[in-house]
Formats: sequence, C-alpha cells, structure tokens
Amino acid sequence: MAPLARRLIDSATSSVDDWMTSKLGEEFNARLARVPLNLTATGVDPFGMDPQWTKYALASVALLHRHYFRTEVFGAEHVPSSRVLLIANHSGQIPIDAALIGAALFMDVEPPRFMRAMVEKWTQTLPFVSLLFSRVGQVVGVPDNAKHLLKNEEALLVFPEGTRGISKPFSKRYQLVDFGLGFMRLAIETRTPIVPVAVIGGEEQYISLGNFEALAKVLKMPSFPILPQLLLPFGALPLPTRYRIYFGEPMRFGGDPDDDDAVIEEKVYVVKATIQSMLNRGLKARKSIFF
Amino acid sequence: MNTRTNGQVSTDGGRLPRSEPPPSSQKPAVRPRGEGTILVTGACGRLGKQVVRMLHRERTVVGVDRRPFPDKPKDVRHEQVDIRRKKLKDIFRSEPIEAVVHLGIMHNPRVSQAEHHSWNVAGFQKLLEYVAQFDVPKLVVLSSANVYGPQPDNAQFLTEEAPLLGGARFGEIRDLIEVDMLAQSFFWKHPETETVILRPVHILGGVHNAASNFLRLPTIPTLLGFDPMVQVIHETDVVRAIRCALAPGKRGIYNIAGPDPLPLSRAIKILRRPSIPVPYSLGKVVLKRLWSFRLTTFPAPELDHIRYVCMVDDSRARAELGYAPQVSIEDTLKSVDADVR
Repeated sequence: MAPLARRLIDSATSSVDDWMTSKLGEEFNARLARVPLNLTATGVDPFGMDPQWTKYALASVALLHRHYFRTEVFGAEHVPSSRVLLIANHSGQIPIDAALIGAALFMDVEPPRFMRAMVEKWTQTLPFVSLLFSRVGQVVGVPDNAKHLLKNEEALLVFPEGTRGISKPFSKRYQLVDFGLGFMRLAIETRTPIVPVAVIGGEEQYISLGNFEALAKVLKMPSFPILPQLLLPFGALPLPTRYRIYFGEPMRFGGDPDDDDAVIEEKVYVVKATIQSMLNRGLKARKSIFF
Repeated sequence: MNTRTNGQVSTDGGRLPRSEPPPSSQKPAVRPRGEGTILVTGACGRLGKQVVRMLHRERTVVGVDRRPFPDKPKDVRHEQVDIRRKKLKDIFRSEPIEAVVHLGIMHNPRVSQAEHHSWNVAGFQKLLEYVAQFDVPKLVVLSSANVYGPQPDNAQFLTEEAPLLGGARFGEIRDLIEVDMLAQSFFWKHPETETVILRPVHILGGVHNAASNFLRLPTIPTLLGFDPMVQVIHETDVVRAIRCALAPGKRGIYNIAGPDPLPLSRAIKILRRPSIPVPYSLGKVVLKRLWSFRLTTFPAPELDHIRYVCMVDDSRARAELGYAPQVSIEDTLKSVDADVR
C-alpha cells in the first residue's frame, strides 16, 4: 500500500512540476537553481525554510504575479545582491503585496533574490499558518531575527506601517500612516541600504469600508476589516487589479542607531516621503486599475 | 549554623590572593590549576555518571549524590550525601576542591513542589555557601535552555541576554530559573570564583528527561498544524561542553546547542517512528486528564515545546569556550533508542 501511495504522490508532484514549468517557463527552474539559499546539513535553513515547500510557494506566487495580477515591475536594477532592507507601503487586507514583492525579487531581479519577510507574532499561534510561514522562510518579527538575517546578507522586507497599514479603509487608500522607527535603527546598526518600494494595486483588491474593532478584539486579531465583496460569489478572491511595483534607488543612512526618537524620526520621514512620492507618481501614471 | 560568619570570611578573603586559602582546608599538596580535585553533584544521574567517567581519567573526582553509585570507577570517591546536609561541608573540609560541577538538579514533575524547591534551591544555596567559604576557584552549573521558555514571539536564536520566561506558563521550571538566577548573582558577588552557567538545549542519549522520553514514545504525538524547529544535543556533547567550561579562565553564561536545528517532523522521521497529529485544544485537554490519572509523565504546559520555538544561539560558547558539537544529528536522535535494553 505504501509504495503505491508513494508512486501516486510522485506522479502527482511530477505532473504539477510539468504544469508549473509550462506556465512559468524554464526560466523559473533556472532561477530556482541560482537563488542563494542558506541551507544547513538538516536540509532546511536555520529559520526552518524548506526548499521543497519554498519551490511550490514561489511557483504559486509567481503564477499570481504573472497571470492573475500581471504585475509590472519598475526599477528592479536598484535591488543590490547583498543585504538589503526593502521598505514598502502595506495594503490590501491580506499580505498579497508581500508575496508579489517576493515574486518580483525572484522573477524580475537579477540575480534572483529570495525574500524574507517579518510576520506578526500572533500568526505563530495559528496552526498551519505558523507552519507554512516558517517553511517558506518567513520569520517572526523581532529585531534579533532581522539582525540575524541581514548579517547573512539576505533581502528583508519590512512594512513600517504594520497592521495599521494593511487594513486601511478604501477612503484612505495610498495614504501612508505613521511609520515605526525600528527599521531605521536596524538599517543604521547593520549598515544596510534601504530600498524604498511603492506597491500600487493592492488597495483596490478588497474594498474595506472600515474596521470592526470590537470584533477584532474579541477574536484577538489585529483588525477586522468590513469587506462587502465577501458576500458576492467568489468574493473571497481579491479583485484582479493590476499591480505595479516600483523599486527606488537604495538609500543609506549613518549615525547612531540608539539616537533619540526625534533624530531617527527625521530619517524615517525621508524614507516615508520618498515612498509617498513614488506612490503619487505611480498613481498619476496609472491609466486603469485593472489593466 | 554559622552561615553569617562564613559568608563574611569568604567575601573578605575573596579579595586576597589565592595563596591564602582558608585555614581549615589547608593541605600540603595543593595541585596547580587545572589538575585539582573536582566535586560533581548529581554524580549518579545518567549524565552525572558520564561526566564522572570523562573526568576521572585526568583528575581526582569526588562524586556527591544521595543515591548509591554501584558501578563507579575505582579511583572515584563517592559520598552518598544529601547536598542539604551538613556532611557536604566535610567533603570541602577534607581536601581542597578546585572545581564544583553542579548537575544535581531534580526535574521529576511527580515529586512535590516543596520537595523540589528544597532540593533544588535550598540545596544549591548550601553548595554556593561552601564554594564561597572554601574559595573554590571554579563553579560549573548546568542550567537549561528551557529557562527561556517556548514563546510565540521568541527570536529564532535566543542569546544569553534573553529574559528567562520559561516559568510564565510552566511552573515546574521556576526552580531551575531560580537556580540559574542564584548562580548569576553568585557570579557577580564572588568574582574570585569563575562561575560558568551552561544552558544546553534538549539533551538526548541515555538520559531520561522530558525531551528524550517524548522521542522514545512508540507513537509520537504532534500538534496538528505546528512543526517548530528544534535543537537537540547528545549527552557526550554536553560532557564536552562541561570540560570546556572547566578550563581555567573561562567564566560566564553560555548557551550550548548541538548540531544544526531541524523541524520536529524531520526529527521524528529520522527516528522512523509513526507520529499522530492532534489538535492543540484536544491535546491539552487529553494530556491534562492523563496527567491527573498519572498516565503520563508530561505535564500539559510542556506542549508548548512542540508548538513554539525555543532555540538558542551558541556562538558565544563556540567562540569563547572553544566548544563545538561533534555528534551528528542522526546519531544524536537515534541515541534515545540505544540505551533501551
């Protein structure tokens, strides 16, 4: 029985692999072979990233990236091949923006990068979610983990707006909320260049009318957006908006990482203003939300 | 009891050069550092026996344990005493002790809290008192990485500076945290003694602890949807770390990890055991029930160990102690079966 099951699973995975290759092209496999992964003798990386899981995760986000959201990527040449902090605006109720930035780093940046993102700690208490995040290389958002990754020359994505950013109502779309200061201290301390990233298209995938705070508190969730489209058939799927991802020129900051908040805030403001102006320019250039 | 005066002697005497040992422990042949007698508490535990067997080849070893040591090496002196008893002092008095290796920590969740506390904390305090009074130059305390505790917001690799939060959800670990803290305050109060605190990850091998017993289960339960990264270490690597810590000049707190970490599921696969995933809420209720009927040795809060990460960064031990694990991950895991006969 067991050998039969194994053969079935093997044939299923190989047909999935063939289908993936036909959809994404040989380029996907070539990039997979070239992407630097930091594996140890146990076959996973120290954060629990498993190359098998990662392959399918990358393939699924690459499919979304190419065929569902048809992402346009600008400024991919700005992403260096060494340690880098990607600072982006957060939007879209569920973190598809993170997945698509990851897909862009893998599919469109040369050499291909494997992106690490910091996830909320409460996700670690959720079964399957915590497992999935860990196996595809996403780590718990604590400063020590970020430092560890940057020391290993990884590309780290941070949304300084946090959960306040992702659950913005539609009326506040593309208006950055306050940035946390942690990423700037991290960048200064580890001498990491910051690449500002503007993501356009996420705010329209789910139209949020507001936040049901009382319910969020009861469910111990960071927010509970009110999304009327969930009532429609297939409404759980995000709308197929066209994503546009702009990578800005790397910014470097010096000084003391333990400086007063006021000093750090000024530097953070420079990054925030850069992203906001990239967003504004991108929105002006956009002719259609869906095409 | 002359605790007060003793304490005073040791704090004053500590600033004097070491050539002036307390009069009571004066013996003509004081051997140079690195060759003197080592006192090992908990010498009859499975780990203790290994430590004694490793050390007695090169050094004089005195084992202390309230249990008998039937198959002890011939040149090892074994004192069957309870470390809370006055007789422990006689051992310090009888010959100069160069180092104390404290392994005698009780982790039997079935023994009452009061007995645990008295043994682990009061006993350790006695030991510290004598270490200070007799100017013992080296103290090695075996704590555990469990003092940090598995938490959803743990850094992937905890450094020695991480707070000891293990007691937040799991009361039984509080003793060990207290021992660790006592050793830390001793480290600062008595700079004349080189205090080393070792915090190893889950020890596997012939030892019987929660982690090794868990991996010995015929069918290993896991939590549905959780598969944390885990670190394990073979007992001989722990012994190796203790030997590194005994080298003159080494002091401080060190995390001790074994080979590279791996997901729990992969560890179970290496052991070729069947595993059965159980939803957390169900597992917790069932385990509580089993525990109350004395059908399991695992208290329910220990489930967090197979839910969240509790891993340590051992780079300080590698750099400063010169410690490096030598047993491969496969051999470390399979060692849990080797001893079952």
